[in-house]
Amino acid sequence: MSEPFALLLTVLVLLTAGWIVTVRERRAAVLGFIAYGLLLALVWIRLAAVDVALTEAAIGGGATGVLLLRVAARLGDLRPMSAQPGRMLKWLAGLVCAGVSLALMALVLALPDPAPSLAGAAMEPLARTGLGNPVTAVLLAYRALDTFLEIIVLLLALIGVWSLGPDRFWGGRPAAWYEGTPSSALTFLARVLPPFGIVIAGYLFWIGADEPGGKFQASTLLAAMWLLTMMAGLVAAPRTGSPALRGALAFGPLVFLVVGLAGIGWGEGFLAYPDRFAKPLILLIEAALAVSIVAALALMVAGPAERNTP
Amino acid sequence: MSHVLPPAEGINLPGLLLVFAVLLPILGLIAMLGLRALHPERVARVVAPLGLLLACAILAEVWEGRSAIDYTLGGWAPPLGLKLRADGVSAVMLVLAALVIGAAALFSQHQFRTPPDAPGDTRAPFAFWSMLMAMWSALNLVFVGEDLFNFFVALELLTFSAVTLVCLDGRATTLHAALRYLLFALLGSVLYLLGVGLIYGRYGVLDLALLSELAQPGPITLAAVAMMTVGLMAKASLFPLHLWLPPAHAGAPPAASAVLSALVVKAPFFLILRLWFELLPAPYSPLAGQLLAALGAAAILMCSVVALGQSRLKLMIAYSTVAQIGYLFLVFTLTAGPAPFAGLGWTGGVLQLLSHALAKASMFLAAGLIAEDMGHDRIADFSGLARRQPLAIFAFGLAGLSLMGLPPSGGFVAKLMLLSAAAASGQWWIAAVILAGGVLAAGYVFRVIGAAMKDRDGEAAQPAATLPATGRHALVLALALLALALGFVPLQPLALFAIGRGELAQGQP
Repeated sequence: MSEPFALLLTVLVLLTAGWIVTVRERRAAVLGFIAYGLLLALVWIRLAAVDVALTEAAIGGGATGVLLLRVAARLGDLRPMSAQPGRMLKWLAGLVCAGVSLALMALVLALPDPAPSLAGAAMEPLARTGLGNPVTAVLLAYRALDTFLEIIVLLLALIGVWSLGPDRFWGGRPAAWYEGTPSSALTFLARVLPPFGIVIAGYLFWIGADEPGGKFQASTLLAAMWLLTMMAGLVAAPRTGSPALRGALAFGPLVFLVVGLAGIGWGEGFLAYPDRFAKPLILLIEAALAVSIVAALALMVAGPAERNTP
Repeated sequence: MSHVLPPAEGINLPGLLLVFAVLLPILGLIAMLGLRALHPERVARVVAPLGLLLACAILAEVWEGRSAIDYTLGGWAPPLGLKLRADGVSAVMLVLAALVIGAAALFSQHQFRTPPDAPGDTRAPFAFWSMLMAMWSALNLVFVGEDLFNFFVALELLTFSAVTLVCLDGRATTLHAALRYLLFALLGSVLYLLGVGLIYGRYGVLDLALLSELAQPGPITLAAVAMMTVGLMAKASLFPLHLWLPPAHAGAPPAASAVLSALVVKAPFFLILRLWFELLPAPYSPLAGQLLAALGAAAILMCSVVALGQSRLKLMIAYSTVAQIGYLFLVFTLTAGPAPFAGLGWTGGVLQLLSHALAKASMFLAAGLIAEDMGHDRIADFSGLARRQPLAIFAFGLAGLSLMGLPPSGGFVAKLMLLSAAAASGQWWIAAVILAGGVLAAGYVFRVIGAAMKDRDGEAAQPAATLPATGRHALVLALALLALALGFVPLQPLALFAIGRGELAQGQP
């Protein structure tokens, strides 16, 4: 990627950020946010961090975008909860933000070059895990505890969303996407896209062991496909209390825990994989986690239970 | 790289205790989520005592060995992998967390019980118990973690669970408070993460033990620690970043308020301690330490005065939390000298943390009992309360002793140590603030007790009705008595709080 392109990208990122902050209409700000996520993904590609780029596009642009669009639609033209900040406060906030940004820029420029990094150290024991992608090794071997707990954070966010629903609907289904029938274009897309989405997700999941990609990006894509079919009314959102859904949510972390604890029995310690079985075990964990992530992401966008239809 | 242990041979049993301390509550959470028919409060009944047992075992292990215990996860030693480590203070914090969460769990068996005829879980009980479990795991990870990014994950767990607990009743006011809490906490997370990024860019490692050897004073290190400190201050609600705390802690259910005030705001403070005493190259700038102490002093004075003016009991207790947090930040200017961990300032700070946690948990639970009995928590309408709820008021008063710093109480010993450290280092303004804070605390505690002692017209002549004395009353009293019992530690630096910190202390010039 050439320097003029990088410059253009930077200007676009800044303009989009400015648009999100200043635009009055909620929906326009959300659309700006989605564009911003995709632009950031390009920035990550420019920085040769393809794994981060894929995640940013999937989560920052995709999942969060859909979530915010739904929120914007549900809020309608609700009045803001608290008083609008005054002119003074806005200027003050702007000045503080500018000051922090300038200070950060100066600090980043002052960082040592070449940067000290663990990239080399992460490659060294890669053979022991049987993986080819060091990012996957960081996520599921070297720092597996972080990944395990991040999944729990995702589940907490889902429980948090659920807890905002009314008592009487607990365990019921999330609200329907539309009143009335969805457009025929949406129904068409929801019938055509999922097969492709499933194939691409499977590919992303499988190459994640050796190339950029992995369970998180694949799961986001699958969740998006599921949501698409829910939006088009082809399938109903599952009951939040259904044993199958609850089981799916608990499955990933449970498998992770069991494999981790089995490591103690193998004499290597918690979250250690015996060298010969490292890759199959890591793939097993990823597959189990994918089940939970798909369920958690899709249900988070679908929202708390708001009807009791069986 | 003397801190990096090779992967242990055989099984490192003491180290595994740390792993289980983090994982056990998560296992409880997974069980609650996956198996609806179990009913979450029953799962908590199993997890809470086991967790307390684990924490006590860790404390015993650290005390017996007179050294920290650690565990290298997956055999991947830092800087690539993660390590868990418990020194004397961490072990004590684990026990404190287990005690307070155990008390909250016992107290809530009644309030957050799934209706027996319900086929599965129901909303409020499920949300309460699952968040309590996640919170416990996060707290334990903060206390035994060693890695800056690992701490970030713990803080995220802590934030999500705490915010959900604040708006459990779903009223508009508590939702408002929870949203404000979320915004402050997320701002804190962003600042913390920016600091972590800068540290990694500068040193290429995130393990605290390694960083304590590598760190050099310089603009990047100082800016990173400054950003992380401000972020953590927002989460710990240090003045002037405390605006979110009173409505949030006052709106949560009593058991949740107890855990939030006793433990959740202490976790970020604990991390600031670790950043300043382990990451920052010693000795850190006295000016920076004095700035933190000055904010702490402002919190003590201003928020105690605001607490005096509150008309509702829970809001008053919440403002008192902000004031008592202020005492903790005095530590940063009272620990100068060659051996900070063997000094009175350090011991006093840790004791203040412990005694406030126990006393405040007791107070919030007592407030819960009072609000349940009276149907409101307006202090002005408390007449006759001492007759109706003598045990709750008694516990409230005992816990109040600790906040005022009157003997015999943990608060007394803690504040006396801080006072001596301030006097010994000639910082008279700090001594004056500590004394003034005690007088103000006496003011707001006695205001409540005074209102409760008033008799309603004509009621004095009647014999008292049957005294409410439930297990929950005993629990509230037990917490207050524990806070008192801390007052019997000797008035000298405690060896326990210096275990595992010797090498750190000696490494500093």
